[in-house]
Amino acid sequence: MSVREDIGGSPLPDGWAAPAHQPGAFELPTTTFEERAHRTMARPFARRAIAGATDHAVSLTQARFADVDHETLRDQGRQIRAHAIANLPDYLEQWIANAEQNGTTVYFAADEGEARRIIAGICVDENIASVVKSKSMASEEVALNSALEGVGVDVVETDLGEFVVQAMGDRPGHVIAPILHRTKDEVHELFSKMAGRDLPNEAEELTAFARAGLRHAFLTADGGITGGNFLIAETGEVMLVTNEGNGRLTSSVPRVHIALVGIEKVIPRRRDLAVLLPLLTGHGTGQQITTYVSITGGPRRDAEPDGPEQTHVVLLDAGRSALLGGEFEEALHCIRCGACQNVCPVYRQVGGHAYGWVYGGPIGAVLTPLFRGQAEGGEVAQATTLCGACDDICPVRIPLHDLLLGLRRQRDEQGEVPRREQMAFAVWGAVWSRPWLYRMTTAVGRGSLGLLARDGVVSSRVPGLRRWTDGRNLVLERRRR
Amino acid sequence: MDTGEAIADHVGVPTVVLFPTCLGDVVARQTVTDAELVLVRLGFDVRQARGATCCGQPAFNSGHDGPARAVARATLRALDDGTDDPILVPSGSCASMVRLHWREVFHKTDDADGALRIAKRVRELSSFLAEQSATIASLQPQLTARVGYHDSCHMLRELRIKEAPRDVLRAINGIELIELPSAERCCGFGGTFSGRYPEVSVAMADSKIQDMVDARIDLLVSADPGCLLQLGGRMSREGSPVRTLHLASVLAEALA
Repeated sequence: MSVREDIGGSPLPDGWAAPAHQPGAFELPTTTFEERAHRTMARPFARRAIAGATDHAVSLTQARFADVDHETLRDQGRQIRAHAIANLPDYLEQWIANAEQNGTTVYFAADEGEARRIIAGICVDENIASVVKSKSMASEEVALNSALEGVGVDVVETDLGEFVVQAMGDRPGHVIAPILHRTKDEVHELFSKMAGRDLPNEAEELTAFARAGLRHAFLTADGGITGGNFLIAETGEVMLVTNEGNGRLTSSVPRVHIALVGIEKVIPRRRDLAVLLPLLTGHGTGQQITTYVSITGGPRRDAEPDGPEQTHVVLLDAGRSALLGGEFEEALHCIRCGACQNVCPVYRQVGGHAYGWVYGGPIGAVLTPLFRGQAEGGEVAQATTLCGACDDICPVRIPLHDLLLGLRRQRDEQGEVPRREQMAFAVWGAVWSRPWLYRMTTAVGRGSLGLLARDGVVSSRVPGLRRWTDGRNLVLERRRR
Repeated sequence: MDTGEAIADHVGVPTVVLFPTCLGDVVARQTVTDAELVLVRLGFDVRQARGATCCGQPAFNSGHDGPARAVARATLRALDDGTDDPILVPSGSCASMVRLHWREVFHKTDDADGALRIAKRVRELSSFLAEQSATIASLQPQLTARVGYHDSCHMLRELRIKEAPRDVLRAINGIELIELPSAERCCGFGGTFSGRYPEVSVAMADSKIQDMVDARIDLLVSADPGCLLQLGGRMSREGSPVRTLHLASVLAEALA
């Protein structure tokens, strides 16, 4: 029996009118990190949800690697990724040759616009009126859904979290857990509205509701769009992990499968997955392996009951190749597990949307300035305390702390630092590089604070310290006898 | 001990240099005084680092290498006094800056060699004190408190100093050391971060303070004045009964 005969399902309910992803996904130039962070922090439920989910994810990851030689595995992961990126042109060429040999049509998209045009073009050429999509951050980068809807293609996100995100007109808040910032109650409210009746507020019931509609969508879609976790050079295959099976259905049921994958996802050999797969799943969800690991190698062959008639892979550059050989090349080692987001004390408070673009947390603070440029994205690299927790958890040992520092330096070099900050540090440098001026200013500082203090505490809104003392007192250590 | 013995003891007494850092010079003066007091009680000759200003970290971490280098150079030259005496820093973050990042700051400059010399001499205070645990214990320090320790990020994840400050606390009679579940999570200070993003910064502090309330500690100890400024400042604003003290001050009180 083929997969198609097996699935069944019922149509998406009438209330369902797949809204496009909010164009607000790209609000970097118009808002500040502080403003965006405030929006999440003003929602206590979201804050609790993010903190709870990330803490839980970190504990799962720690438990997963408690009894294995984690450090050696990370070393090996780093070696594989570093080698692949250092030889990226060669491995890409090898991957392309093998993929084409397998019958896959390969495209290269230099930027977001090109990726949108290529994929929309395939849909038009192949008479694709509806697509199912499995979770893909690359597709978020290029704002694919609104482009497809622009050419009249119905898009249904099939990852449960992404399904919710799409129905809410929201954006994913985490690379692997898109509705990490949402609560069950919010999903209950949404699905009940879609169903036109009050659904039981139970995870299983809510999932079953989405599942029935999604089954139908899988069956009726003309095309399936996925991302890809790895491109295997020696075989020309695309590897995909999911826990819901939606990746496998998306890539195998519709007659056309299109994968949009960043060029940096290439790895040399299948056997490299022995290291990278447990690192990815262990750091993502704490699992030894995800429920589904799909390796797709081209269109359906004769005598195969399942699989698409056509497979297309769009290789996305969009700022990646520019990093090769440079100071920030290691950012390309990322395997998008989300562990740095889970462990980040800033992300824990503000969630993914505060970072203003597609990626949140430490890797977002690195990729956003790199992919969007310093003028637009430079500010988010400031929004970390450089605590180093991300360095310690990254499965492929990306030195995020160093990359963040480098980006702050680059922002200064490119003249994108606000003038006031520039001036403040110039004055500071001129004064504190002279010991006598240092002694004078620190004495004046101590004296002034002493005058402003009551019982050793400065709580009033002192000019220049207003922002600091808004939520905190400045406690002066008092002389003890 | 009679005078003769004291003088005899003084011969060959090891000398240490104390680098107060800018936080020590502005808001954490008692920490510096207490560090000196403790070191003297432990039998060291303590020399203040004259002319030292700041390690340059605020500018360095903001990406402004020029001002960072200018300020750090003044400190480097003040510390580079031709001796090999250990330079003790009562701030984990500043110690990390000098030990690990000055080589970048002074890369390919005339001060590159000096930076390496100083990096070798600089010690984070609590790691130095932990080596004196036997001596500390022999002085019978006493302080009754239920204590939580907060790890400074740079001290923990850059200098990899975790047990030393806890060992010092364990050497004090009467201290019940409680391991806080969020001990290793950043307090939200982050230097200029605390001023750039005050709301986020305060929320980060709050997430730790709740743990302290739950653990019913009455004293929070750290080895970094920056973290103490942040956590102590927030707790003071919220009217928390938990005291905050630098490790040096805890020891000074326990030895008083």
